[in-house]
Amino acid sequence: MSSRTLPLLFINLGGEMLYILDQRLRAQNIPPDKAKKVMNDIITTMFNKKFLEELFKPQELYSKKALRTVFDRLAHASIMRLNQASMDKLYDLMTMAFKYQVLLCPRPKDILLVSFNHMDAIKDFVKDTPSILGQVDETYRQLIEMYTALSSGEFQLIRQTLLIFFQDMHIRVSIFLKDKVQNSNGRFVLPTSGPVPHGTLVPCLIRMFSCSGEEVMRRQFSNGGNYTAALREGSFEIFGDRVTKLGTNMYSVSRPVETHMTGTSKNSAQHTKVNVAPNPLAKEELNMLAKLMGGLEVQKPGNADNGFRVNLFSTDEEEEEALISRPDDLLYGVINIQATKDQQANAELAKIMGQFAESGEQSPSSSSKGDDLLAMMDGL
Amino acid sequence: MYRKEKSIQIKNSASALYNNLGVLRIAPRRLTCFTAVHANVVNMVSASWDGLNYSHRQLQSKEPNVATSTSLIMQAAFCALPSRDLLVVTSQKGIQMYESDGSTMVYWHALDTPETNTGQGMFARGISAVCESFICVGVSTGAILVFDVPSKGSNITLADVIEGHKESITDMASECCGGEVCVADLVSADDGGNLCVWKAGEEFSLLNHIPGFDISCSSVKLWKGTAVAGYGTGQIRLYEAVTGILHAEVNAHARWIYSLDVAPFSGLLLSAAEDSLVRVWLLSMSPESHSVEIGHLHNECVTDTQICGAKFCDSDGYAFAVTGYDLSEIIRYTQS
Repeated sequence: MSSRTLPLLFINLGGEMLYILDQRLRAQNIPPDKAKKVMNDIITTMFNKKFLEELFKPQELYSKKALRTVFDRLAHASIMRLNQASMDKLYDLMTMAFKYQVLLCPRPKDILLVSFNHMDAIKDFVKDTPSILGQVDETYRQLIEMYTALSSGEFQLIRQTLLIFFQDMHIRVSIFLKDKVQNSNGRFVLPTSGPVPHGTLVPCLIRMFSCSGEEVMRRQFSNGGNYTAALREGSFEIFGDRVTKLGTNMYSVSRPVETHMTGTSKNSAQHTKVNVAPNPLAKEELNMLAKLMGGLEVQKPGNADNGFRVNLFSTDEEEEEALISRPDDLLYGVINIQATKDQQANAELAKIMGQFAESGEQSPSSSSKGDDLLAMMDGL
Repeated sequence: MYRKEKSIQIKNSASALYNNLGVLRIAPRRLTCFTAVHANVVNMVSASWDGLNYSHRQLQSKEPNVATSTSLIMQAAFCALPSRDLLVVTSQKGIQMYESDGSTMVYWHALDTPETNTGQGMFARGISAVCESFICVGVSTGAILVFDVPSKGSNITLADVIEGHKESITDMASECCGGEVCVADLVSADDGGNLCVWKAGEEFSLLNHIPGFDISCSSVKLWKGTAVAGYGTGQIRLYEAVTGILHAEVNAHARWIYSLDVAPFSGLLLSAAEDSLVRVWLLSMSPESHSVEIGHLHNECVTDTQICGAKFCDSDGYAFAVTGYDLSEIIRYTQS
């Protein structure tokens, strides 16, 4: 499958995460300066130079567990705190939103337009902060460099790789149900009407040609749908009209974020645990995560002055209830890395931490950062 | 024209892969075998014709001798040779061949790992039985591997590697001509929409190259010397294989075509796409012009499903079966 899938997966999921957090921060009336700091901190971490370098290398997709762990860390790259239930719900929403976008993309190449929609919104979030803006622009350039030259077949392979990642996920999302883009069984509505993709013609015509190339017959047939001609193509440049609405922010303060947990376990009978998670101590994955963690300014949780908790539910009780009643097949096993037990990994980590200390990303004392890192990695 | 029958449940949902349905009709045992790929597993189900017995089996893409490593499967297809039937499974790591009931693996071929890590990744895709004893498998580099298959046993050998494509192979098809002599034995398609037409033998020779339009050709079939090709734009094109003459062009689907199949005795053509539609067409050879014609017969809509596999269950096209992304069943239709 495609080894160019991870950047698109990460950037689009990250974008959805920011939309949701932005909505919750406003809904919970978090003071604007704190809210802005949260968004800036997360975006800075997302587009950290070293992280992106690693991200854009050709590689296989991470396992679901590994990717979830990366987003766990990302969500906590600021003074904001999320309880387990809220983090689970956040991740459900992010993944179902991107699954929807991937499925509904008229052409595989349109996934790049969806990514640009997310990037455009992220750029808007940080438009007042030039330092981060620079990182975002750099990411645009990397996306353009890597993806605009790909053929349609290669994009379809990326899409197929993403669809395998999202296979069998049917969590119901309130906003999708209300907009009637998702059925009550969790499956998305695929309309047989509307504009055809750019480059496709409305199905209905059969043309036949003689040996000399002359058209000798035209026939029409009924296509069983209600299609119209394609819209103009979206822009693949740093600035431009993307045309598609997929990947734009569908949340606002008045449209709350909810998921329905009941009814989804019907599908669990059909889940055999096919995606055997690769060894969580696989060096590549550990390095990537460690680098991400190593680059963070670790804020001690529970710091009364700065820290605050964001709730993805309407009340604390709802959040507690959600944690208890989450169906087994939807538990995300977050990786707890036993770095202290694995000597080799330990050495790697120390080396990486050393790199970051030198590059000037200092926390008050680098030794305490090391302790925090290891303290974070609980034994199983 | 067709009515829906009882679906067959499979253990996992089908993945979004081209031509993701294999069908083998075993008349002496009055059953039909189906395969659908889910990530790194092939789900097999044998259905008895009386509808009473279903037996399931799953094959993983683990290569022998490597305990932990698995890889994603690109395609699984039955190859019906005169002497035996085999199930061929292609993945990122290599090619596996099983007895048609999936009970024993008879051959394993590992793909070479490329020197540089290209963004595409290495994989095998595109499977076809050719003539008496060949099985051809395409590779993401554009090469086609030709395997020589003895009438029984596991002494399968790689006989040839033919180069005609520069882009990833997507699908391949051949034609059993019965008593007649066929000019074209094999047609192969790639991600650029290019088609290569081959003559099989001790050495395969390239008869024709039909250039594409930078749009992937995801599925191709061969019928009476006509290459029937389905493209990412939703178009179907009919070419006279050996000459490359375009005889018909159909704006068939509103989305990427994922699967084509031909019922050789009747000339029925099945096309299925991401647009949730399966369409049935009729191919016929016009007696005046000796060229192929196509007419539309029937549509079936599988609501809210991106179809990834559609195949006739018999050579007349009396019945066909369909798989879709995230769907854990094989949907069947029979002529009414």
